[in-house]
This record gives sequence, C-alpha cells and structure tokens, in this order.
Amino acid sequence: MNLRDSGAVPVNHLEAEDLQLWRGDRHVLKGVAFVLGRGECLQVTGTNGAGKTTLLRTLCGLMVPEAGRVLCEGRDVRKDLPAFHSSLMYLGHEAPLKADLTARENLHYWIGVRRSVPGSILDAALARVGASAWCERLVRTLSAGQKRRVALAGLALMFAPLWLLDEPTTNLDTEGQQVVGALMAEQLARGGAIVIATHQQLPAPVRAARILELAA
Amino acid sequence: MSSARMPAAAGAAINTAASFGQATPAAPALSAARLALARDLTLAFRKRGQLIQPLAFFALVTMLFPLAVSPELARLRAMAPGVLWVAALLASLLALEFLFRDDAYDGTLEQYALSGQSLTWLLFAKTVAHWLLTGLPLALMAPLAALSLGVAAAAVPGIVLVMLVGTVALSLIGAIGAALTLGMKRSGALLALLTLPLSLPVLIYGARATELAIAGNSYLAPLELLAALAVLAVTLAPLAAAAAVRISLE
Repeated sequence: MNLRDSGAVPVNHLEAEDLQLWRGDRHVLKGVAFVLGRGECLQVTGTNGAGKTTLLRTLCGLMVPEAGRVLCEGRDVRKDLPAFHSSLMYLGHEAPLKADLTARENLHYWIGVRRSVPGSILDAALARVGASAWCERLVRTLSAGQKRRVALAGLALMFAPLWLLDEPTTNLDTEGQQVVGALMAEQLARGGAIVIATHQQLPAPVRAARILELAA
Repeated sequence: MSSARMPAAAGAAINTAASFGQATPAAPALSAARLALARDLTLAFRKRGQLIQPLAFFALVTMLFPLAVSPELARLRAMAPGVLWVAALLASLLALEFLFRDDAYDGTLEQYALSGQSLTWLLFAKTVAHWLLTGLPLALMAPLAALSLGVAAAAVPGIVLVMLVGTVALSLIGAIGAALTLGMKRSGALLALLTLPLSLPVLIYGARATELAIAGNSYLAPLELLAALAVLAVTLAPLAAAAAVRISLE
C-alpha cells in the first residue's frame, strides 16, 4: 500500500503561493496561499461564489492564475503538468458520467484511461459504495445520489496521492457520507493528501489539518 | 449476479488496502486511446438516432438530385462529383457538432485533460471514432449514391477510395473547429464558418479525383494531394484540437 509504487509523483508537500486570479473583471482568488503535507486534509470553505471551485481548478492546472504558483515538492507544477496530473484526482461537483452507459461501463472507461484495473477490483469498488445491485443499469435511470456513489467508486480506484474534491457529499444519504469519510480517512492514512471544498462539516472521522476560508 | 460478487465485496471491506491501495500500473497512452475509442463507439450505438442523421442527409440529398434536375444520365453524370462531395462535406459537418460537445458538458474532457495521458492522443482517438461513424459509412454509401446519379459501375472503386481518404481529412479538420467552438452556445453556424474554408481544398481535390474516376481517367494526382492533406491533418489537427480544448476548460 505504498503510494510510491504507483509510479505517480508523490505529494509530500503541496504549496500554493499567493494565487491571484481574475474572471473577467472579478477578482476571485485574492492571494490564496497554503501548505499541505503528507496525510493532511485541507478544507476550503466560503460562501457560494467565493471561488472554491475556481481554487480547485487552479490547483490542478486547468486554470492559469494571473500571479502566484502551485508548487509540488518545491517545483512549479506547470513545468510538468502531465506528471502532476497523473498523481492527482479531481472530482468536480458534477460526476463525469455518461447517461447512455451503465454505471459499471462508465467506471471501466473512466478509470481505464488512467490505469489498468482488472474487473474484479472494479466490482469490489462498486460493492464498497453500495452500487453492486444497480451497477448494470444505465446512468440515465439513476438518482443524483447514486451517480455520486459511482463517482466515489472512481475515487476509490484512482489511487492518486492528491485528491481534489468539490462538495463530495452533495446528494448523498448518511450511509453515502460515511463512505466518503471512510475513503478519505484511508487516503490520509496511506499518506495521501486531500483538498476538499465544502461548507458542510467534514464527514467523520476525517478532520481537517487546516481550514482555508475564501472571502467573497 | 450480485451474490456472485459478494465474496469480492466482503474482501474489499475487510482489506481495502489490498484491493484499492495496491498500485496498478498506469495505462499506456495507446491503450488509453483505444479505450476512449471503444467508449465513443459504444455510446454511438446506444444513440443510433444521432448516428443515422448525417447518413440519412447524405442519402436524401444525393437521391433527390436526379428527381429535381433531370433524368438525363449524361447531365447527372456530369454533376455527380460535385453533388457527392458537397453532400459528403455537409453531412460530415452535421455530425461534427456532437464530436466534443457532450463530453465537454459532462466533464469527460476535463477528466481526459487531467488524466496524465496525452490529451492529443485521446482527442485523436475520439476523432477516429467520429470518422468510423461518419466518414467510413459515407464512403460505403457513395456507390449507391453514385449509381443513382448515373455513374458507371466501373468507377465505383475509385469513388469509394477517394471518399475514404477525403473524409479522413474532413473529420480531422472538423475536430479543430469543434474544439474551438466548445465554449459557445449554439455554435453550429460558427462551426460551419470556421470549418468550411479549411475543408475547401479537400472538396476541390476530392471532386476532381471523383470526376476523373467517373470519366475513366487516372485520378492518381488529385488523390495523392488529397492523401497529403489527410496526412497533414492527422499530424497537426489533434495537436490543435488539444490546445483548443485546454483553452475551453479554463
């Protein structure tokens, strides 16, 4: 269970340096800075529109900040984005699922593009999130919470040292939230790092090492 | 079905580290691209309506021409190359709008861009899927359309070959346009405006080669130019599309 075996770049030290970002004439990220170590969880809070999603998208390199850098192990991540990307998993508030594929097919194609995962492990992950009974149904017939659970199965399988989660507990029932909590705790226990954007309380037993509040 | 999976599930719950925590190797770029291709083909066959639309358009246009113009074979035969190629160009344009749009909406492109895999390869795979679902069927339908326009059966192999090569270039050029118009609503008109000028060389050489094939002459020269365009498109278009997709994700 060593994260280093995956061939991905380890994330022992993630640092954001004075991130500044404008969207049109709106100053969204006003000098965001933080440090995140191995096995730590950073909670990003703030009102709606405060820039939580923007921050996550900037961290993973989808958006380019006007000023400031994101450093992983002391190196600017923009210098080698593919390597950084192979060590992170970004889960947006909309799960990247196709309505016309079954839950299992979705997972197969989504994960398969990144890593080769045998079918038995895929099934184990689906069972883990309580999706065994309906994983052969088309995603268009699933509820919002069920789609979220499929996304969680993807999270469990992705095996990335750094997780960037955007409101992962939305639409989930109590049991689903417990799964999120358990998955996050495992990620932290094996030395992974998590940045989670949510204004809700973190699902037990996870506790944030740091809380970053974004001002609107 | 679910009972068969229970042992694996129980094992996972007890020893998650062994199942999820175990590092599986990163997928090689080629197998990732193959998977992206398989995914698009599977999806296309689930949404057959979308698949048939451009093909039906091509069939209708080429079949209606003889009715509207004249049943005189010599006149039809003279128009055949133009009709075939304009119909093929517009049909492939019709299908382009769907190339990246759905994947942009549901976050698949975002996941592709963050997969650590080469986005160029993944988009190339998507474009190959697009060609298999529009270019290839169009080329296979061309004989039927050609025969209804009074073309001799001897010219059919040439027409199919030219159409096969030409549609490769059309799909790839179209991919650039589709990627560039991703961020926009109702992008259809702009997509046509962007793609058509770039597609004109393909139209000109394709129609010329078809004309020569119908007349029974050697069509090698325009076909080679068409092939050169296709090769150029294969090498450059995926790179341009990947850059455009990255911008649209910002």
